[in-house]
Amino acid sequence: MSSEEGKMELQEIINSLSLEVKTPELDLHREVTGGYVSDLLSDVIANSQKNNIWVTLQIHLNIIAVASLKELAGIILVNNRNPDADTLKKANAENIPVMTSTLPTFELVGRLYALGLRCR
Amino acid sequence: MGSGEDGLFFLTGKDFANAGTASSKLKAVLERMGIPQDIIRKTAIAAFEAEMNVVIYAVAGMMKYRITDTEVTVTIQDMGQGIPNIELAMTEGYSTAPDHIRAMGFGSGMGLPNIKKNTDSLSVNSIVGEGTTLEFVIRIRDEQ
Repeated sequence: MSSEEGKMELQEIINSLSLEVKTPELDLHREVTGGYVSDLLSDVIANSQKNNIWVTLQIHLNIIAVASLKELAGIILVNNRNPDADTLKKANAENIPVMTSTLPTFELVGRLYALGLRCR
Repeated sequence: MGSGEDGLFFLTGKDFANAGTASSKLKAVLERMGIPQDIIRKTAIAAFEAEMNVVIYAVAGMMKYRITDTEVTVTIQDMGQGIPNIELAMTEGYSTAPDHIRAMGFGSGMGLPNIKKNTDSLSVNSIVGEGTTLEFVIRIRDEQ
């Protein structure tokens, strides 16, 4: 856990939750200030905060546009869902890290919360 | 005081690969001009929702913007199916999106309400079978 409460480095989260990184060429040493969970893109556009980690099951390339516009720290895809090839291409172009987890959303978010991340 | 800046971006219906590009470019313009962060945030949310509506529902359209010292005005005009009942379309949760669009996480009936929430004024004019023009204004600060 980093010194400031509720903030973590993305690489720490990846290590703690054994996430698979789908964009290994991107710098993962970036600050995560909190998290947001939704599969509705309008909800994420309206309510996520800059530098949040976003948990979703959507794998199409428009998730990158959303994350880029909101300057999110990265996207975690649940249930081992595999992102589309054009999603990863756009993720690399827009500098948005994409990770996958074998866990279902409930389990994954519980662990993110336990690490100290909050919705902010 | 500066004289402001204006410009436009073209939008293509069903072009999901480039959806969001115009809003990102508009955001970059606002950042370059040093517009306050909360104004950029609100403009980006409203512009993205309007852009997605064109991509999902229309054939083609354009996003015009004008930025002055006091406000950001964005006009999104499309050639599309139009909105039969604007009042209904403004209702949170109401959507006419087909299932495959909803499965992508769009069409949750939050688009127009999100635009309204983040703007100081919003006008929607639509002719069924021809298209829709949406204009919103976000005030940067009250005029002296």
